Amino acid sequence: MPEKKAVLMQGNEACVEGAIAAGMRFYAGYPITPSTEIAEQCAVRLPQVGGKFIQMEDELGSMAAVLGASVTGVKAMTATSGPGFSLKQENIGYGCLAEIPCVVVDVQRTGPSTGLPTSPAQGDYMQARWGTHGDHPVIALSPSSVQETYTLIIRAFNLSEKYRTPVIFLMDEIVGHMREGVVLPSPAELIINKRHISYRDGANKQCYFVPEGAYVPAMKPFGQGERYNITGLAHDVSGFPTGSNAVAGDLFTRLMEKIDHNLDDIVRVEEFMLDDADTAVVCFGGTARAAMSAVLEARAAGMKVGMFRPITVWPFPAAQLRARLAGLKRVLMVEHNYGQMLLEVQRVAAEKLPVGFLGRIDGTVISPADILKKLREMEA
Amino acid sequence: MPSELIHKFMRIDHLPHIWCAGCGNGIIMRDVAVALEELIDDPEVNLNRGKVVVVSGIGCSSRAAGYMDFDSIHTTHGRAIAFATGIKLAHPELEVIVLTGDGDCSAIGGNHLIHAARRNIGMTVVTFNNDIYGMTGGQYSPTTPTGDRATTAPYGNIDRPFDIAQLAAGAGASFTARGSAYHARETTELIKQGILHKGFSLIDVYSVCPTYYGRKNHKGSAPEMLQWQKENMIPAARYYAMSEEQKRGKLLIGTLTHTEFPEYTQEYAKLIERAQAKK
Amino acid sequence: MRYEMRFSGSGGQGVILASVIVAEAAVAAGLQTVQSQAYGPEARGGMCRAETILSRERIWYSKVVRPSFLLALTQQALDKYARELEEGAVVMIDSGLTIPEGLDEDQVLSLPILATARDEVGKLMTANIVAVGAVNKALGLFDEEALHEGVRRHIPVGTEELNWKALEAGARLVSDAQAAKFRRTL
Repeated sequence: MPEKKAVLMQGNEACVEGAIAAGMRFYAGYPITPSTEIAEQCAVRLPQVGGKFIQMEDELGSMAAVLGASVTGVKAMTATSGPGFSLKQENIGYGCLAEIPCVVVDVQRTGPSTGLPTSPAQGDYMQARWGTHGDHPVIALSPSSVQETYTLIIRAFNLSEKYRTPVIFLMDEIVGHMREGVVLPSPAELIINKRHISYRDGANKQCYFVPEGAYVPAMKPFGQGERYNITGLAHDVSGFPTGSNAVAGDLFTRLMEKIDHNLDDIVRVEEFMLDDADTAVVCFGGTARAAMSAVLEARAAGMKVGMFRPITVWPFPAAQLRARLAGLKRVLMVEHNYGQMLLEVQRVAAEKLPVGFLGRIDGTVISPADILKKLREMEA
Repeated sequence: MPSELIHKFMRIDHLPHIWCAGCGNGIIMRDVAVALEELIDDPEVNLNRGKVVVVSGIGCSSRAAGYMDFDSIHTTHGRAIAFATGIKLAHPELEVIVLTGDGDCSAIGGNHLIHAARRNIGMTVVTFNNDIYGMTGGQYSPTTPTGDRATTAPYGNIDRPFDIAQLAAGAGASFTARGSAYHARETTELIKQGILHKGFSLIDVYSVCPTYYGRKNHKGSAPEMLQWQKENMIPAARYYAMSEEQKRGKLLIGTLTHTEFPEYTQEYAKLIERAQAKK
Repeated sequence: MRYEMRFSGSGGQGVILASVIVAEAAVAAGLQTVQSQAYGPEARGGMCRAETILSRERIWYSKVVRPSFLLALTQQALDKYARELEEGAVVMIDSGLTIPEGLDEDQVLSLPILATARDEVGKLMTANIVAVGAVNKALGLFDEEALHEGVRRHIPVGTEELNWKALEAGARLVSDAQAAKFRRTL
């Protein structure tokens, strides 16, 4: 087989190409920096593959249209940034409760409100978890390179279909606007999940029925004669509103458990030079680029530093981090925010060893030198 | 026969409905069901029941979707038309019916309403317009007349009301009409025309809310409110025969606008052809 | 070995595209590369900066720390970025600009980039392509095939000849002696 040639791609572009490879055929969005290239690329590419692109009147409508498309059986996506992610939250919650698969891309930018629209940050980490109201399940993935953006968005669609839940694809401006060489896998190399569809007779009467031992219902798309109901109210297995606290409690619990009981399947991390390390730099997304450089520079200087990078950022990889603590003397959390994943790391590690923090919220990027300086301070 | 209609097109396990005694919503829901039945049974139309999707938002009106035995989705407040846009664009062969209320479609969902109308995307929006927020207990809505009272307008409403059908027409809706709970046969016919129309259609149907709007504003019982509709809302045939003097203060029951514009999903199909030819 | 390049000027001059084309050519030549940019809200005007990093090994940190090469097409960009250079960095400027104090004239290539685009190529908007031609000749980065591949993916079909002309005009601005002096081996 001839060696595959790399192509230069922007992170946002790789997001679209990966999504199309995953089978995404519907995009609804609203322009917002720094995610706009995703909408533009979808407008070009989707009609070419027979898919649909629509620029909606606002972010609220975009999220609603994506869910509408998805209930007809089409894999659907939207992308946004900053204020747009806040507006999407209403219907992200609907997707979680009604169990409608879709992927929501958030290319994070700096600051609350309009903030610094063209600058990078990772300040939406907690919003990705708790952005919509009420207890709800969340899967969020965060890529650190253009290549990984391509492969990880495919995984986002796969998890979304498998668990019938919106998946947040938490990018940042660093990766979204960066161009790198990408080697595109051939379609045969890709694993693509299909939707859970039930072919049981009379399934329409029990569209949210979940067999013993399973967590996810299987239902036919709209338009196939099933005539079932979907609602954002607490509902029973028939998909109709319930006033029963027991039934509602079972539903809300199952929604949480379908994620919590499948962590091994959902959670992925990257561990780099951790085996003999006494210090772990924890980071995610585009911040990993500076962290990797810093780890290599630290090693060159004789320091025993490694990197722990959650790829699945929600649920937080608590078990994976805990398993690494035994050999470590300290942990340094590096992220482009005021300390958000830090809280998760502290929850796992703070009782056992010191947890340092290096964050930034001024719109500039943390450099390897910044991390090295902090590592030296911690060692001293 | 009503009972047959109920057995055929309603989810009887989920009835009785939650609406108050005297509420106009049940009549309007029945109008929608009759319109669908007649189009399903009409050999020339042959509407496929399995391709009908009923979409609703939040509010009293929006409970209707769950009672109707079709694919149905009860969405979030104001977003029914936006969900419906995704459904229709993803699968244009689906017949999308949106059941919404005055607050749902012209306040919190007003932006989706005007833009769906502007795009002329093929869906039929039926508003259950009762001049009030009923589900939350009687607050004023965008159609509450100026001077009327509501729990949030204790000294009288100083807002000016929308005429939802005119609003949709102004935004470019290619079919708009006005019906009422009292004028069931005329309203059913208008809903049928709306479904048969290829582009965006809106039928603004005046409901009655004796529990909140009526009681707050001394409009009397449900029959008295329906009587008002009978006397002040005039079907087209009679309305157009009236003098300007006679029309004063009266509202037309019938079609307001009916024009032909390219339908959005059909235009999108052409766009796909262009994109694929260029590639 | 990591080679950091910065392209700067005013929005609309195409410096981002110049930076992208160099990255594109690098991929065609089998090199590792990371390209990124920083800009304000203006689509035209305003200071604009783009960066391309080249290496034979995997590139981790994606931002330029201290560039070894700077292209500056406006005085404002030159004055700002001349202060943030690696020792011995090559600075390519438009000949209309004044070399700021503290910058060694010996490391500066002052070339009539804008005038060449306007008068010789016939279109001022090809200035960025002229610059890419000059950069490639001076630093000796890519062969013609990789460079053309880099340009081709970013220009409208039918404008190839104009762009090849711009690349050649740019290359001619750099003498062989200058090319020998500034050549960079990755």
